[in-house]
Amino acid sequence: MRDFSYLRAGSVDAAREAAALPGAMLLAGGTTLVDLAKCGVAEPETVVDITHLKGLDTIAVDDRGATIGALARMSRVADHADIKSRFPAVSEALWQAASAQLRNMATIGGNLMQRTRCPYFRDPANFPACNKRSPGSGCSAIGGVTRGHAVLGTSEACIATYPGDLAVALVAFDAILHLGDRQVAVDDFFLPPGSTPEREHAIEPGEMITAIGIPASAAARRSTYLKVRDRQSYEFAAASAAVGIEFEADGRTIRDLRVALGGVATKPWRARAVEEALKGKVLEPEVVRQASLLAVEGAVDHGANHYKIELAPRVVARAILKMGETA
Amino acid sequence: MTVHELRTRPGDAKRGDASDGAVLADQVGGRLSRVDGPAKITGAAKYAVEQQLEGLTYAVLVESTIAAGRVQSIDTAAAEAAPGVLLVLTPDNFLPLRTATDWLGTPPPAVAYCPLARSITFSGQHIAAVVAESFEQAVAAAALVKIAYDEAPAIVDLSDPKAGDGIAVDAMTKEWGEAETAFASAPVRICNAYNTPREYQAPMEPHGLIAKWQDDQLTVWEPSQWLDGMARTYAEWFGVPFENVRLVSPYIGGGFGSKAFAYGYGAVAAVAAKMLGRPVKLAVSRPQTFTAYGGRAATRQTVALGANAEGQIQSIVHRGVNETSVDGMWVEPLGSVTSVMYATPNFSSRQNVVRVNTVVPGALRAPGENPSAFGIESAIDELAYEVGIDPLEIRLRNYAEQDPHAKKPWSTRQLREAFAAGAEAFGWSKRTPQPRSMRDGNQLIGWGVAAGTYPVRRAYGEAVVRILADGSVEVESSSIDMGQGTYTILAQTAAEVLGVPAENVIVKLGDSRYARAGVTGGSRLAGVMTGAVHKAASAALDQLVGLAISDPASPFHTLQANTLVVANGRISSPRGNGPEVSIAELLSSVGRQHIEAKGDTMPANSTVEDRYKNYTTIAMALPHTEGDYSRHSWCAHFIEVRVDEDFGTVRVSRVVSALDSGRLYNPKLAESQWKGGIIMGIGQALLEEGIVDRRHGRIVNNNLADYLIATNADIPDIEVISVGIPDPHSSVLGGKGVGELGIVGVAPAIANAVFHATGKRVRDLPITLEKLI
Repeated sequence: MRDFSYLRAGSVDAAREAAALPGAMLLAGGTTLVDLAKCGVAEPETVVDITHLKGLDTIAVDDRGATIGALARMSRVADHADIKSRFPAVSEALWQAASAQLRNMATIGGNLMQRTRCPYFRDPANFPACNKRSPGSGCSAIGGVTRGHAVLGTSEACIATYPGDLAVALVAFDAILHLGDRQVAVDDFFLPPGSTPEREHAIEPGEMITAIGIPASAAARRSTYLKVRDRQSYEFAAASAAVGIEFEADGRTIRDLRVALGGVATKPWRARAVEEALKGKVLEPEVVRQASLLAVEGAVDHGANHYKIELAPRVVARAILKMGETA
Repeated sequence: MTVHELRTRPGDAKRGDASDGAVLADQVGGRLSRVDGPAKITGAAKYAVEQQLEGLTYAVLVESTIAAGRVQSIDTAAAEAAPGVLLVLTPDNFLPLRTATDWLGTPPPAVAYCPLARSITFSGQHIAAVVAESFEQAVAAAALVKIAYDEAPAIVDLSDPKAGDGIAVDAMTKEWGEAETAFASAPVRICNAYNTPREYQAPMEPHGLIAKWQDDQLTVWEPSQWLDGMARTYAEWFGVPFENVRLVSPYIGGGFGSKAFAYGYGAVAAVAAKMLGRPVKLAVSRPQTFTAYGGRAATRQTVALGANAEGQIQSIVHRGVNETSVDGMWVEPLGSVTSVMYATPNFSSRQNVVRVNTVVPGALRAPGENPSAFGIESAIDELAYEVGIDPLEIRLRNYAEQDPHAKKPWSTRQLREAFAAGAEAFGWSKRTPQPRSMRDGNQLIGWGVAAGTYPVRRAYGEAVVRILADGSVEVESSSIDMGQGTYTILAQTAAEVLGVPAENVIVKLGDSRYARAGVTGGSRLAGVMTGAVHKAASAALDQLVGLAISDPASPFHTLQANTLVVANGRISSPRGNGPEVSIAELLSSVGRQHIEAKGDTMPANSTVEDRYKNYTTIAMALPHTEGDYSRHSWCAHFIEVRVDEDFGTVRVSRVVSALDSGRLYNPKLAESQWKGGIIMGIGQALLEEGIVDRRHGRIVNNNLADYLIATNADIPDIEVISVGIPDPHSSVLGGKGVGELGIVGVAPAIANAVFHATGKRVRDLPITLEKLI
């Protein structure tokens, strides 16, 4: 860890201005930044503390949707009565993320900025080659230990998995990020690695996540987040699915369906092919299982992560069928 | 199936503990809560690297990033110029140290010892260290040390084609009868391979130390399972008398076998402290705990069982391999359970070790017995299915009535009672034998059983017991409490002997200036130290009563009693016909500040050299088959798993274990230790594996987010049942080992349950989801 300057921003505008300085990074809950600084990945020159900024932690829910301030803590959002009733997948994704201690510290905005758990990315001393960390240096993961790596959205430059849970639910329900002067859809905010894996987010210097907006929908109200993992708690997803469903008046025919995957892709992965295949269909187990296979269309494995291609459709199918059962 | 005939018979045996009734919490066998608990819960307990010392400096290690080769050059210029840096240690400026005697007592070769390497044999090897005024400065400067290597091809692990068959360890060979012939002619034969990966101790408190010199006296604050052994190592490294080294370790945040030795980083800190003339703190980082010392070696076993159609074993042929390092030797005894669990007329077990580019492996809870049980206890389950009888019944049909290897009677073996009590509490008789025959929605349910054992390791101990002027009692020993309850059971032992409340007993541990103690490992400490404290306290009591009877100033002097009664801290005559005074009043009336007695359990003719050897090596340890008996703890685990049929995820939903550790000095603490072992076993079965990058020979999941140990959410309620009875051949007070036992047999019980649930036999730990989908 190298020395850095510490700057306590007096306002959102001041924070944005400071964050635009070269080598500046925002400090909110600190659960990601401090961790990455310890393992030598983050080497900020200036840390801009925004934890004390007022008005950035409000949670407002009405019939149009939810607006969640960037500094709201994960545990508070997860436990919010209206989030639980109108966006159960969002609450469930948060509850199943990290540990109680981390959820009490980490903020919603910071959660979206969390970096990959790729062990090669996180160990610069031993693995200098990492295109995400130093562009053009190569990828140490390809050909290495890949059990946790992505099978969707990968490139020759990077196969690192997007680790989070919340963003998977947000992508499923078309959430919008407020970046100050502009808004961007969450699905567009997360960038696939392509040839520029160092660029993970569609955010410019001087921009800062101030809030997340989630539009209300019947599918969001009837939603769930199913996370399959090796360990029952404090563990990233082997594969996860955020699923929301809206039925026609008959209670059987699917009018709207939202499906997004976690733990298997380089970004929160919207599975629109599954959605399109099932919209208008009557919910039947075999039909759902077949359609869920579309979730991993185009998937590419790197050996040890092959199981994710088998697992992800099963997780999607289970989540859809679970939502159907409650009809 | 005859299991329904098994019944526990309540009241058929006195266990010598609180379950008999009439035992007070204060006494041996009572359920006294941990006396060190409040200090730990409130944060008052200060651990080694939390000591605040004036002038403290901070050392950070620099490790190799290659697994094999040579250091070509080390460029320290940038690090030395960095802010706050006081010293950069490399092999070139390291103080010359001597090689120390090893834990077995082997005389050391007369070669210099340097823990900083030029010749690289594993990734993560210490090459240099930076000492600075602050930890952050040392971390920053350590990153500036530039090392150039000549890299050589590494042997990554046991599956590396370059690894070969390894070296035969003849001392591990156990054979009787004609094993291979009998196997070949057996009507039923099964033969399979069972593998366990590298596993790590992962204690909550990472390793580290503070070293401080004053002239030629060295004080080391370091978590330790063996103060006297480590003090000897430091003393021999620096060529100073043993008495000049003081190890301090009052609290240990978990050891599990990893904190019994002084490791290379200890020498680094002590050398830096000597060179700088200032105290040095070296905190091993969590990633470094995966390479600064060794975890459990990866193992491979082949178990061949030949049996008749009734499932009676006719032959066991066992072959084992464990990895060791390129220049160190670790033998994980893989035939240890194989050779004692079941009766068989023909047996053969042999073992090889294979050198790979890893840090030398080390002890991790039940080294040997743990992987050994995974092999034999999985294999017998497979045999049960092969011949079509219940997995519990087959264990009873092959019950060993005596030690099949040593051919001696067991001191005590309550394993049949363990099977009975466990089966009844678990409801084993309701099990349907067919795989995939029990389910709950998407969850396949499986019930598995496995047995475990651990030998009773014995040694000699000593203790000082002091009765103070205020009537309170002090117990002193350089033994330690790493959570298993030494403080508590020694207070109970002294309280019972001296007739004082346990709250009036202060137990002082973890300082090598106290009465000496051998290693805390192999589940031997409780038996050794309760015996020593019992002896010392008895001697102190004799002195107290002797004074009360014979001192002219004593109120009992005129009573002409032969003995007196001490109870609740008060002294009276046996018939109650004389005075009654407190211990404090008696000491005051006879003008004594305190009474002190040292007691030890060494043989009467022991020399000074014998004592030194006993406390600083394991050369004097008594074999578990010494004399007329074979001594072991035993257990039976009954485990229910739920396997998601689509996802392959395994969760343990119920555990009932019945265990025979002889007499329990404190059932509450013994139960906690058993449960701790079972919890570690669940992690071993389902989660734990050091994953190696084959190109770099490096463990990549070297942190507690990626090396998965069980969380609370992974652990169901665990029921433990004590079936032990006092074993006079195993220890002074009748106890056998507790701490290692609980983990032995858990992994095979889970693997057997997974087979019952799914019909898939997983023979490679851990049982992760991709092996089941």
